[in-house]
Amino acid sequence: MTAMGASTAEAARSLGLHLTLLLLAPSLVQGVIVKTKAFVAGRRGPPLLQPYFDVWKLLRKGAVYSRTTTVVFRIGPIGALAATIVAGLVVPLGRNAPPFAFPGDLVLFAYLLGLGRFVTLLAALDTGSSFEGMGASREATFSTLAEPALFLAVAVLALAAGNPSLAAIAEAVTPASFATSGPSLLLAVFALLVVALAENSRVPVDDPATHLELTMIHEVMVLDHSGPDLALILYGAAMKLLVVGSLVVTPLLPGDLGSPWANAGAFLGGAIALGVAIGLVESTMARLRLVRVPLLLAGAIVLAAIGLVVRLTAGG
Amino acid sequence: MPGPWLPLFTLVPLGGAVVALALRSKTGRAGLLVATALVHLGLVASLFAPGVAPPRPALGGHLALDPLGLLVLSVASLVFAATAIYNVRYRRLTPPRLSRVYMPANLVLLAAMSVLCTARHLGVLWVASGATTLATALVVPLHRGRHALEATWKFIMLCSVGVAFALLGIFFVGIAATDPAGTSAASGLLLDDLLATARAGRLSAPWLRTAFVFLLVGYGTKVGLAPLHSWKPDTYAEAPTPISALLATGLTACAFLNLLRGYQVLVAAGEGAFGGQLLVVLGLFSIAVGAAFVVGQGDLKRLLAYSGVEHMGIVALGVGLGGTAAYGAMLHLVGHSIAKGVLFLAAGNAILACGTRAVGDLSGLMRRLPATGVLLLAGFLATLGFPPSAIFLSELTILRGAIEAGLHGIAGAFVGLLSIVFVAVAAAAVRIVQGRSAKVEAADPESSLLTLPAFALLALVVALGVHIPAALHRALAGAAALVGG
Amino acid sequence: MEGAIDTLLILVVLSGLYMLATSDLVAAIRATALQGLVLALLPLLVRGHVDLHGAALGAGTLALKVFAIPTLLRAALRRAGVNREVEPLLGFGASLSLAGVLVVLSIALGQRLAVPGAPPSSLLVPCAFATVLIGLLILVGRTKALTQVLGYLVLENGIFLFGLAVLRAMPLIVELGVLLDILVAVFVMGIVMHKIRRTFDHIDTHAMTELRD
Repeated sequence: MTAMGASTAEAARSLGLHLTLLLLAPSLVQGVIVKTKAFVAGRRGPPLLQPYFDVWKLLRKGAVYSRTTTVVFRIGPIGALAATIVAGLVVPLGRNAPPFAFPGDLVLFAYLLGLGRFVTLLAALDTGSSFEGMGASREATFSTLAEPALFLAVAVLALAAGNPSLAAIAEAVTPASFATSGPSLLLAVFALLVVALAENSRVPVDDPATHLELTMIHEVMVLDHSGPDLALILYGAAMKLLVVGSLVVTPLLPGDLGSPWANAGAFLGGAIALGVAIGLVESTMARLRLVRVPLLLAGAIVLAAIGLVVRLTAGG
Repeated sequence: MPGPWLPLFTLVPLGGAVVALALRSKTGRAGLLVATALVHLGLVASLFAPGVAPPRPALGGHLALDPLGLLVLSVASLVFAATAIYNVRYRRLTPPRLSRVYMPANLVLLAAMSVLCTARHLGVLWVASGATTLATALVVPLHRGRHALEATWKFIMLCSVGVAFALLGIFFVGIAATDPAGTSAASGLLLDDLLATARAGRLSAPWLRTAFVFLLVGYGTKVGLAPLHSWKPDTYAEAPTPISALLATGLTACAFLNLLRGYQVLVAAGEGAFGGQLLVVLGLFSIAVGAAFVVGQGDLKRLLAYSGVEHMGIVALGVGLGGTAAYGAMLHLVGHSIAKGVLFLAAGNAILACGTRAVGDLSGLMRRLPATGVLLLAGFLATLGFPPSAIFLSELTILRGAIEAGLHGIAGAFVGLLSIVFVAVAAAAVRIVQGRSAKVEAADPESSLLTLPAFALLALVVALGVHIPAALHRALAGAAALVGG
Repeated sequence: MEGAIDTLLILVVLSGLYMLATSDLVAAIRATALQGLVLALLPLLVRGHVDLHGAALGAGTLALKVFAIPTLLRAALRRAGVNREVEPLLGFGASLSLAGVLVVLSIALGQRLAVPGAPPSSLLVPCAFATVLIGLLILVGRTKALTQVLGYLVLENGIFLFGLAVLRAMPLIVELGVLLDILVAVFVMGIVMHKIRRTFDHIDTHAMTELRD
């Protein structure tokens, strides 16, 4: 049931591989996104590994804390990153099984992400500034709408896998199942893509590059963090993108390639492809008007619901 | 002697329409309209001539004339001829000038009505029904005012959506005819094949019932059965009078024919009770709604529209009751169409002459426009069922059918509602023909071309009330038998 | 084959939902064209092989629903010169949610309807039903005359899907007649809309309520 297979050495190796991917890949994906946007805009853009350097630079700086903040403000970034790392331990990165897996772990996954979001929201509210509060309320609204879509879409995947565990989904749902399952899997994956864009504050839900406070959602929540806190936040956001994005990438990867290294490599390739795709979307689409975002998320819910009911009734 | 070749009934008006579009002179177009109408009427009359065999089915069974189709075709052709003659003078008097498509559209309507009466394939019937909606929509907004356009939009949207539901009903009939192996039990949607399959009991009953409900909703919208009638008053009021006349008589009868085709299949499959109940309920409801809105109605053409709703309800009631009442319903369909033709043509006269549709302003017609006044009064009396009108006979027959079937409640409601209509319409009629004389604006408002057609129709209604010729009686009985009489 | 048919059917429903959610009339017209494209492909897939009936029907649908009708609608929009925004009676979020519920219900319940004969796909009747409902929702929930025409087109598309279940029973001439009828209907509606625009200065049907008893 778990990935703690036959020998401890093998288990340790798979854990190490998983942790390496989880800890090192996010910044690479971030760099790919920025590079893609630069290429589309006709520029050369910053170096591919720039996010790593950014995090390292920020970790060595000093932090400034406002006098209105309390310990909640300092816990925010740490709590968010911690929740994301634990979520990353439950989600399969590629066709390799994750370190922890049990039936129903997808609920844990969703609520770990929710916990991270909650802590960030608290930190934002703790500053006592109206801008952060505005961002917090928007973020809360949009996540409320994204969550049903997430659950419904993952339910479709779980039905296709026959087991309500993310590891089972990684094992069973391959491109071949798309051919047999008809439209329900396509609808679910598309809904998950929209959820991923919403959860990670990317276009068309939120523009991470905007400077206008009135149009920010995620950026404005973390406006007051500096130094190591900001480093943790940037790093945590990148990891969240990887973790949620893996739900979209894994079903599309080719089936189990045999060796864990090959699977990990395939996943890395898939993650980079996801980064390119997001970069393209961000370069070609504009952010939606704020009042239209709930409509997009409601559309994702409807798509996932249709996929679920098609799966349940037609078995297709 | 063999009967006329069936496709002729459609090809003659269609050819006339094409030629009329090409003609430049308005007089020429009007003349062509009358000529084509009279040729068509002649063809129809030849069907009744003694010694003429019933026309043979044509186009591989796709065209055939059964008694029901014969009745509706005759009525449609008759009223169309009357309006065609009326149009000759009308087009000069009406402001603004008629558009170029007016006459051709009329002929297209006649062609479509002929198709509706002779076709045997449900899909073809549907296409023709849609064609009538579209051709009408082109000529209704003639007067180009705000109200005319509002009425046109309502008409085209409601009737198109209604007709779309009828298409769904037709598809459901097709599904009902599909056997579990996936092949169609009836070849296509040909009426005769469907009837044979129905009698053999191989139509799926639930699907057939659902199909009939959709057909009822769809074609019922075109007939104007309540509560699907809301387009009728507006459209009748705003359309040019000859078009209103056509709508109220020929087109409504054709729409009812479409409905009855579906009902035929239902009866043949043994589900007549289900359909009959629906028709009785809708019929009574239509009579009630018509009665309610006729009371105190201030606009003459809207009054006539609601009266039409009521009378279509009576026909539905008769068909739904079956037996003797079905014969009455067929007679009512014929008689009402002719009588309504009289009323609309006379009303058109009055409106043209006085420039208003308001009942209150049209008073005293008997003095200034005697012929029109007589026509209106007689027409109203005929429509209300005064003997010796054919409508008196038909309503009595339906009543008798209800009592014979033991449905005293329905009979009582029928009589009660008819009384309400009687009082309301009689009051309006008296107000129009008596009282102070209205202003008359148009020159020569009572030209014979405007009044003779109506008088001819009036004479026909009265004659039918006195004696029904044998040929017509056979047709009526045959039609009644087809719908479960 | 069934998977492909299923996906196309869902695509029809999705384009209908998109038409409910979008606020841009031109995008809605494009969605109608997409529906027409899918409907042109479906008869060929349903029959399983390319024959005269399926090819002619597909070609006719393509010509009318993908090219002729959207062109007519765009011309009508241009001539009307009105605002390209959809003005909804029923808000976008409400109509999308309501439509979502209706689609889910029709898929769930539509499977129970026993269609005699072997329909080409188990999703055919539910998706047809859902599309009809979405068409009605667009008709009723929007005020502009042009959007009512779009709702009518979606309604007809849904009915066309039902017709696929009885494909063998309808002769080609009649199917083409139905298509032509729809084309002429849209044409006439365009003409009437133009007249309305000239008289009223807008095409908002909810402002045209002067006729009543």
